Amino acid sequence: MSAGDVIRLSAAQLAEKLTAGELSSVEATQAYLDRIEAVEPRVNSYLHISKDALDTAAKVDSDRAAGEKLGPLAGVPIAIKDVLCTQDMPTTAGSRILEGWVPPYDATVVARLRRARLVPLGKTNMDEFAMGSSTEHSAYGPTRNPWDLDRIPGGSGGGSAAAIAAFQAPLALGSDTGGSIRQPGAVTGTVGMKPTYGGVSRYGAIALASSLDQVGPVTRTVLDAALLHDVIGGHDPRDSTSIPDAWPSFADAARRGAASGSLDGVRVGVVKELGGDGFQQGVSERFAQALEVMEKAGAQIVEVSAPHFTYAIAAYYLILPAEASSNLAKFDSVRFGMRVTPPGGGTVEDVMAATRELGFGPEVKRRVILGTYALSAGYYDAYYGSAQKVRTLIQRDFASAFEQADVLVSPAAPTTAFKLGEKLEDPLAMYLNDVTTIPANLAGVPGMSIPMGLAPEDGLPTGLQLMAPARADARLYEVGATVEALLEQSWGHSILSKVPALVGGDN
Amino acid sequence: MAKPELMDFDKAIELFEPVLGFEVHVELSTKTKMFSDAPNPANDDGHGAEPNTLITPVDLGLPGSLPVVNGQAVRYSISLGLALGCSIAPSSRFARKNYFYPDLAKNYQISQYDEPIAFEGSVEVELEDGRLVQVPIERAHMEEDAGKLTHVGGATGRIQGAEYSLVDYNRAGVPLVEIVTKPIFGAEADAPQLAKAYVSTIRDIVRALGISDARMERGNLRCDANVSLRPRGQEKLGTRTETKNVNSLRSVERAVRYEIQRQAAILAAGGTIIQETRHWHEDTGRTSPGRPKSDADDYRYFPEPDLLPVEPSLDLIEELRAALPESPALMRRRLKTDWGFSDVDFQAIVNAGLLVEVSETVAAGAAPQAARKWWMGELSRTANERGVDASTLATPQQVAELVALVDAGTLTDRLARQVLEGVIAGEGSPEEIVEARGLAVVSDDGALIAAIDEALAAQPDVLAKIRDGKVQAAGAVIGAVMKAMRGSADAARVRELILERAQQ
Repeated sequence: MSAGDVIRLSAAQLAEKLTAGELSSVEATQAYLDRIEAVEPRVNSYLHISKDALDTAAKVDSDRAAGEKLGPLAGVPIAIKDVLCTQDMPTTAGSRILEGWVPPYDATVVARLRRARLVPLGKTNMDEFAMGSSTEHSAYGPTRNPWDLDRIPGGSGGGSAAAIAAFQAPLALGSDTGGSIRQPGAVTGTVGMKPTYGGVSRYGAIALASSLDQVGPVTRTVLDAALLHDVIGGHDPRDSTSIPDAWPSFADAARRGAASGSLDGVRVGVVKELGGDGFQQGVSERFAQALEVMEKAGAQIVEVSAPHFTYAIAAYYLILPAEASSNLAKFDSVRFGMRVTPPGGGTVEDVMAATRELGFGPEVKRRVILGTYALSAGYYDAYYGSAQKVRTLIQRDFASAFEQADVLVSPAAPTTAFKLGEKLEDPLAMYLNDVTTIPANLAGVPGMSIPMGLAPEDGLPTGLQLMAPARADARLYEVGATVEALLEQSWGHSILSKVPALVGGDN
Repeated sequence: MAKPELMDFDKAIELFEPVLGFEVHVELSTKTKMFSDAPNPANDDGHGAEPNTLITPVDLGLPGSLPVVNGQAVRYSISLGLALGCSIAPSSRFARKNYFYPDLAKNYQISQYDEPIAFEGSVEVELEDGRLVQVPIERAHMEEDAGKLTHVGGATGRIQGAEYSLVDYNRAGVPLVEIVTKPIFGAEADAPQLAKAYVSTIRDIVRALGISDARMERGNLRCDANVSLRPRGQEKLGTRTETKNVNSLRSVERAVRYEIQRQAAILAAGGTIIQETRHWHEDTGRTSPGRPKSDADDYRYFPEPDLLPVEPSLDLIEELRAALPESPALMRRRLKTDWGFSDVDFQAIVNAGLLVEVSETVAAGAAPQAARKWWMGELSRTANERGVDASTLATPQQVAELVALVDAGTLTDRLARQVLEGVIAGEGSPEEIVEARGLAVVSDDGALIAAIDEALAAQPDVLAKIRDGKVQAAGAVIGAVMKAMRGSADAARVRELILERAQQ
């Protein structure tokens, strides 16, 4: 099969061919490296390409040839968001302040990828320290949306989503603090999953907001996400917030869902507050069509109200900056990373200040200042304290909504991809992009974004968000895979089959 | 630094009432650190390690690293809380204390703020005259230690004027319990003594619990002493200062006395006390101002999101309560009876802060009188000369070993003193020193007889006197023999042999 065909396989299909011996990991890895080389100048998904990928792939091939028993994704290439520590590649979190820093250890999820014998291709671009919804806040230049190179790929994980949509990787890891996996998924026509808080280890994921961050899969299909989740998930003693319980197989759940084709008896809750005003018309239309498809397949559509979701963004933009202001204090030049000495030298405080002044971009500074203010004596109760109360109310809203519905649905983003630069000077407009995704982070529940079709007015992808109660990730994979199959049947094709050619001869 | 004026202590107490408060930090001797699996330098295994060798990504605060609570540290903290008579919180929480300093790897310290693990307790402290004072405990909370800065260049070794500074993160993340008292009223002229007795009691408690090496000279136990004065008859508390760097029981007492005298002089002259941290200087016996401190210091505390609340089960708490050793007060009463010392002798040991040393020496096999003799004699004398605590000079095990060597006849008292010098100089265990210095009593009669015969031959007139039955004349020969043996002989045996040899 041609290299062009190889890169268009889903990860599950590729894994099958590797297992069957129809394709080697070296061939697949080489096909992706060639693709990266061809389109990277236009997309800029990657910050670093691994020099070891082919060697790693060759080792998998020889072990497979020697009859070693390998995991289901062994030999499948993967892209890793640059927020995750890798001891063989620089890890910058998209920031100047960490330029060239190579961690002395692997994040737990990266160690698990390696143990499962996946092949790391490189590190993907992101908004600096995952602060942003467009990847324009990367210190290393924006990533472009493969659907339209003048548009943003979402953020903060725009690099991972664009790499998937541009066929530069079959799988990617992302991190989601307020939508950084799901919103890029929506605007690039890919699948993104934010697991239950505590479902995937945060050890080695450079923290943005510790109580909100989760690492998760970015893929082309729900089954691919489930296969990857099975590899990275589960308890990690190095992360105290990781859940000690055993998890069911998510891949089994996804396969069950895809096979059933039916949503009989599934109660699908439409969250009233996550739609209507402020949502692009084509997004709303696609959402309505998705609901019709689900209803036809037997789902019982119910409207639910989550009144406190209205306050989610306000609470989020207090909790996140507060935690981030503290998490980012360690970037002081003393032990690692960039160091700027002011002219004529200075005290250690002068060096810290000069380093942070030059090393951090404007969005990071904005949030550090916000967070420092929100935690200050005399303001704590009014800001951070109140935000935590809102968080509790949102958790209650979820609890009562899940009494009426098995899954909740909404558009995954209010609009399709906007133009580069369009919202860069208007932080509030940028923040509103995460209006639908933030509640899941505040409550710790899992959320998934799957392609919902192209918006009629601009031909760009839209995303459907599905949410389930905490620890019910398997339910999302099962229902998600069913809906994915039903929607593709209704369109007669997958969304990514419509992504425009990026290079000559591309089909 | 101009020498500040001090008021006469008795005069100061006449005019003002001293109010004390203490923050004692105890380094726990757990196997690993508070939040990482790095070895803990606050136990004997880790002590003295090369800089920056006992570290993990967590201790360096590397991006992506996360803390995990050390269960042993939690159990130690609960035991300590119980020994302080505190209630143990069914749920307590860690919080981040945010401030920038290069010895603080993350630029925040993980501590406990509004939800400490232990709160509301009381410690009985005994003054020199045997009077018992209850010191009220506000709270005891868990936190991590910071790294250690060494300032290079500049005259003072302090950060001002230094060319550069080195950071050793071995200490970063060492488990600490901070014990905070409520304001202590009514100590009056005994305030300095109470300060010493309080810290000494805390030291005894943590050592009896076996949760800390509690060696002040190593920083295992650190005391910040808060002192304020209020004019007699005034209700409102005066402004307090917080004196740091008091690294021995002696200096706790001296520092509190000094602050009372210094503040009294300022207040009497119509001045005001600045709320500040002050630094104690052991050499000059003074305090100097550190950084100004105010209640407005904003550490932006918030609950540590990387950690879950600490929720010990009732079973665990009760198990630890049942395992508590007797309190220092009870222990004092028991030991006094067991040892049969006079009131004066026993109180002297307590006042010297050596009760635990003596009792551990007895536990290691020494007779109580012998243990008392060495600690209160030779060791206390040397400690006074050097201005240190006697406990820093030798361990109870070493003293017990020394006593055993004397009991076995291997050492005379005089030789034992030389061996103890070696112990104090860090030359090793008593047995090693006996070996290395060749100090054992010569019990080989052959060597003694040769020396005696030689001495008798050299003094024929003395020999004649002995043969005439003037036994006391043997004294001159004993002296000569002991000199020839360089003291390593048992004088009684020498005398016996002289009388024997003289008759041949």
